Amino acid sequence: MFRRSEQDKRPQVQIFVDGVAVAARQGDTVSAALLASGQDARRSTAVSGAPRLPYCMMGVCFDCLVTIDGVGNRQGCLVPVAEGMQIEIQKGKREIGR
Amino acid sequence: MTVAPKREDYDVVVIGAGPAGLAAAATSAEAGLSTLLLDENIGPGGQVFRAIASTPVTERNQLGADYWVGADLVQSLRASNAEVIHRATVWSLDRNLDIAVSIGGASAFVKAKRVILAIGALERPFPIPGWTLPGVMTAGAAQTMLKSSALVPDGRTVIAGQGPLLWLLAAQILRLGGRIDRILDTTERGNYFAALPHAFAFLTSPYFAKGLSMMREVKAKVQVVSGVTELAASGDGQLASVSYVAGGKRETIPTDLLLLHQGVVPNVNLAMAAGIEHRWDDLQLCWSPVLDASGNSSVAGIAIAGDGAGIGGANAAVVRGRIAARAAVDALAPASAAKLPATMATLRSDLAKAERGRLFLDTLFRPAPQFRIPSGDTIVCRCEEVTAKDVLDSVAIGATGPNQLKAYRRTGMGPCQGRLCGLTVTELMAQARGKTPQEIGYYRLRAPVKPITLAELAAVPKSEADVKAVVRG
Repeated sequence: MFRRSEQDKRPQVQIFVDGVAVAARQGDTVSAALLASGQDARRSTAVSGAPRLPYCMMGVCFDCLVTIDGVGNRQGCLVPVAEGMQIEIQKGKREIGR
Repeated sequence: MTVAPKREDYDVVVIGAGPAGLAAAATSAEAGLSTLLLDENIGPGGQVFRAIASTPVTERNQLGADYWVGADLVQSLRASNAEVIHRATVWSLDRNLDIAVSIGGASAFVKAKRVILAIGALERPFPIPGWTLPGVMTAGAAQTMLKSSALVPDGRTVIAGQGPLLWLLAAQILRLGGRIDRILDTTERGNYFAALPHAFAFLTSPYFAKGLSMMREVKAKVQVVSGVTELAASGDGQLASVSYVAGGKRETIPTDLLLLHQGVVPNVNLAMAAGIEHRWDDLQLCWSPVLDASGNSSVAGIAIAGDGAGIGGANAAVVRGRIAARAAVDALAPASAAKLPATMATLRSDLAKAERGRLFLDTLFRPAPQFRIPSGDTIVCRCEEVTAKDVLDSVAIGATGPNQLKAYRRTGMGPCQGRLCGLTVTELMAQARGKTPQEIGYYRLRAPVKPITLAELAAVPKSEADVKAVVRG
């Protein structure tokens, strides 16, 4: 859906999406890194299980909700990637303790 | 990384580091007031100047001269003594000017003598069939990724809607080598005539020449369909096609990415939760705060600047930020006002200049009813997955307004707290009940205006008196 412009010379940052290594760039938000990765990053909603991807990318729609380093329901569009970050795509309702 | 505010009390706390907030904080600090700027994003700029200090897009003409203006604002701020904290989410502001802010998973509390809300705007909801499908995003979302990560659309891409941002985004995508297959313009034909009486002011505004040349640039490379009266996205779990009607003819095109945009509206959540009075704006079709000429709201000590004060664009936002800060200086340290470069009279004339042509744009790009007020199975509330029919059924059995509707359908009670459905619900219920949006009203908003964890709330420092107030026995 999206590709990186060649003029982007930012250093790479490795993150893990459901355990799979993904190359992001320093300064990417988690959501941007997921959309650029080419992987299926669709979460499924807590209400009906419908698939969703980020919609607004500016912190208002909450369709980018994702589990980051074990903490659930984070807004992926507001969190910058960090080396070794563990991302889990949320499927359905939140679980207790996450 | 997780730096809490250095003090508990400030003269001025500015919330939001977009055009208005950057200008307000720099002005306030320049006059010697202790100033704290809190911003939710990773770096300064807000949406218009998103990633201004870090963008990987180095070829300056690709983002345009209007974007790089933001760099000067950031420089002025950094030259001042203002304390700036990013990734700081303000979740509460009340009438006592007490502010609760979440930074790095912990909450801090600060008190201000004056608060300047520079909370900006968000894109108006665009509730068409299929707008929740993966592959449907806002135009602003694509622009955010373009500015902050140099990402451009790659697959079959359609941009639909209307307004200046749509053309700017299209031009930027093309300059960066991205792909756009078609632009579907939803501007109502009748709006051109309605806007005509306001055309002279627009012709003399700086937006006119820029807008025209950008539209030419885009139209030379992309097929533009005007007069689009219906729009729907479809696909099974992922966007597959967009269908539209223009000139009475329906067409369906295979699409991987649909970018929607029909203008921006004030981001009201924090301001309304602080108890600030808002009124329905019949031209801009949104809630706008009731403000005096200096941006002061109905709550003493809280001013609003920028698009959160009513949509005026980036240039007006900068001036409104300076006006609100100058008013704060006049109130708190009148002797210091002389230090500031511009007098209030100069600022007011700057504002009039920046607002020239706005009436024309507002009239021309007033979105059509069918793109604001959906019907049938179209989702209104994305979080709780409530359709237009669900809302109308609730009205039929007695739901009177948005707050009653929460009890029937949970609209507005999901994580976005009504940001993506509030305007639609108000207009839909107003139409169904034969009332004005002003009469129907809006959700009653309360803190926390952004979700925080219970653990964060529980970790808040508490006094013995706080504990006694809630513990039995």
